[in-house]
Amino acid sequence: MRLFKKLALVAALVLPMQAFAEDPMKVGFVYVGPVGDHGWSYQHDQGRLALEEHFGDKVQTTYVENVSEGADAERTIRKLAQAGNDIIFTTSFGFMNPTARVAKEYPDKTFLHATGYKRSENMGTYLSTTYEGRYVSGTAAGMVTKTNKLGFIASFPIPEVIRDINATFLAARKINPDVELKVVWVSTWFDPAKEADAANTLMDQGVDVIIQHTDSPAAMLAAEKRGIWAVGQASDMSRFGPEAHLLSVVDDWAPYYIQTVQQVMDGTWKSEDYWGGIHEGDIKIASISDRLTDEQRKKIDDTIEAIGNGSLHPFTGPLKDQSGKLRVPEGKDMTKEELAGMNWYVEGMTSTLPK
Amino acid sequence: MSMDLIINILSATLVAGTPLLLVALGELICERSGVLNLGQEGMMLVGAMAGFIGALTTGSLMWGVVAGVAAGVAMSLLFALMAVTLAANQYAAGLALTIFGTGLSAFVGSDYVGHTVDGFTRIAIPLLSDIPVLGPILFNQDLLVYASLVMFVVVYVFLRYSRGGLLLRAVGESPEAANANGMPVLLIRYLAVGFGGAMTGLAGAYLSLAYTPMWSEGMSAGRGWIALALVVFATWRPGRVLFGAYLFGVASILHLVLQGFGWDISPELLAMLPYLVTIIVLVLLSSNPTRTRLNTPLSIGQPYRPSR
Repeated sequence: MRLFKKLALVAALVLPMQAFAEDPMKVGFVYVGPVGDHGWSYQHDQGRLALEEHFGDKVQTTYVENVSEGADAERTIRKLAQAGNDIIFTTSFGFMNPTARVAKEYPDKTFLHATGYKRSENMGTYLSTTYEGRYVSGTAAGMVTKTNKLGFIASFPIPEVIRDINATFLAARKINPDVELKVVWVSTWFDPAKEADAANTLMDQGVDVIIQHTDSPAAMLAAEKRGIWAVGQASDMSRFGPEAHLLSVVDDWAPYYIQTVQQVMDGTWKSEDYWGGIHEGDIKIASISDRLTDEQRKKIDDTIEAIGNGSLHPFTGPLKDQSGKLRVPEGKDMTKEELAGMNWYVEGMTSTLPK
Repeated sequence: MSMDLIINILSATLVAGTPLLLVALGELICERSGVLNLGQEGMMLVGAMAGFIGALTTGSLMWGVVAGVAAGVAMSLLFALMAVTLAANQYAAGLALTIFGTGLSAFVGSDYVGHTVDGFTRIAIPLLSDIPVLGPILFNQDLLVYASLVMFVVVYVFLRYSRGGLLLRAVGESPEAANANGMPVLLIRYLAVGFGGAMTGLAGAYLSLAYTPMWSEGMSAGRGWIALALVVFATWRPGRVLFGAYLFGVASILHLVLQGFGWDISPELLAMLPYLVTIIVLVLLSSNPTRTRLNTPLSIGQPYRPSR
C-alpha cells in the first residue's frame, strides 16, 4: 500500500511534466474591456493573435473579455490557471492584486500583469511607455491649437494616466508656451456615451484638440462632428474621424508577447519590470494627418526620432510640481521607479490633481 | 455661468437622459402588466447592434431604427415565451436575456466594429427653436429625442386616460381578477412586454445611431440597469420617470462640466452624483406610502397560469 502511494506520488509529479513537454503552451489573457472596443483591449487581442500566428500550434491561447476590476477578476484568473494555462497575461491596472494572489497559489505558472508594480518570483509586470507617444501627440496638439486650450479625457488618477497627462502638457507647452490643458475625469475606461459627453463638454469650454485616455472612439466621433482635432488612443482611430484625426498613439503588444512566451518556453524567463516604447517598437505613431504643414510634420517626425534614439526623454529635469517644488533636478531623467509612482502634476497645470 | 453654457448643459442633458427615458418608459408599461423584464441591458445592446447594421447596410438611418426596434421586439418576445407562456421565473428569464443579448450582439456585431455611419443630426424646429433659452434646449435636438418626448406623452395619456391603460393596470394588479372578468391576461402581457422591447430596441438604436454613431460591444455600459432602477424609484409613474431620467442626465453632465471649471472636488465623488441625486430625490418624492402603493403593480414578478 505504501509503495503504491509512493508510485502514485511519483506519477503525479512526473506525468504532468511530460504532458507539458508535448502539449502546446497554453496562454491565457484577461481583458478589462470588450475585444471589440477598438482601443486598449483590442490591441492586446491583436498581440494575442500575433502570438498564434508566430508560434502556430506550439501555443494555444484563450482570452476572457469584459472582466471587471474586482472580485470577478480573481475568479477569472484562477479559472484560467486551473484550466492549465502556463502563462497568464492580465491587462489592466486593477487586476494587480487579484493576479498577485492567484500567482501565489500557482507558483509553477507564469503571470504577467500590465501597468502594475507588484512582482514576485513568478509574476512580472510590463508596460508600454505611452508617455513617449503622448509627448509626440502633445507636440502636435500644441502646434495645431488655435484657442490654446487642449482637453484630456482621463479615466482614473493612477500613475500611468498622470504620467501621460504630464507628458502631453510638457510637450505642448514646450512648443506653445500659452497652452492650457483641461482634464476631465470620467471614472471609467469604457463608456462611449460618457466619453462623447466629456468631449462635448470640453469643446463647449473652448478646447480645440481632444486627447483621450479612455478606450472607445466616441471622442474622435464627437470631434469630427464639431470640426476640431482629436488624438487617437491605443489603436489607429483615423477612420472614425477622417478630418479630425491628428495622429494615433498605437500600442503594439506583439513584439513583447512573442518575446515573453519564447522566454518561458526556453526556461529563460525571469520576473522583471518590462518597459517598451518607441525604441522597442511597442509604441507606434499612426496615420499622422495630411492636413499638417510640412514644418509641423517635420517637427513631429523629429520628435519621434529623438525619443526613439534616446536623445529626448519626455521627463528631463528641471521639472517642478504645481507647488513649485523641484522634483527632478536639471539634466536628470526621471527613473523608472519615479515614473511608476508619479502622483503629481507638473508646474503650469491649472487643474488640481484628485487625491 | 454664462447663458450659453447653461443651454449647452441642458441640451446635453436631454441627450444623456433620452436612452434612459426610452428604456424606462417601455419597462414601465411592461411592469405595469405585472411582468418584470431584467433583460433590458441585453435587449438594448441587440437593438444598438441591429440598428447600426441596419443603417450601415441599407444606408438609411430610418431603416436602422426599424431594425433596432424589430430586434428589441424579437428579444422581448423570446422573453415573453419563457416568462409569460411557459410561466418561468421572471427574474431568471430576464437575467438570461441580458446574458444572451450581450453575447449575441457581440458575436453578430463583431464584423461591424470599426465602421461609422453619419448619425442623426440636430433638427431645429422653425419658430419654436427661436424661443430664448427653451428653444435651443428643447427644439434643436435630433429626431429620436423628439420621438422619445412623443412617446412619453403617449404612455402618459395611455395609462391615465385610455381603456387600454385600465386593462393593463388591472392585469398588473391581479391577473386572476382580470381573467375572471374575461380579460385576455396573457395577450395583454405579451403586448406590454413587446412594447417594452420596442422601446428598449429604440434606445439601443439611439446609442448606435445618434449618441455615438458606431457599434462597439457593451456600448450601453449599464444604462439598461439604471433605467430598471429608475422605474422602481419613480414608483411606476411616467412623469417621475421623465424627471428621473433627466435628473440623472443633468447630474452626469454636471459631473463633467464642473471639472472643466477646475472645481476642487474628487472626480470619484462627482461620478457618484447622478446615482446619489436621482435616488435621494425620487425616494423623497415617493415618501407617501399610500400613493406609492396605488401605483405599484401588485402582481409584479409572479408568473400567471390561467386556471381552467
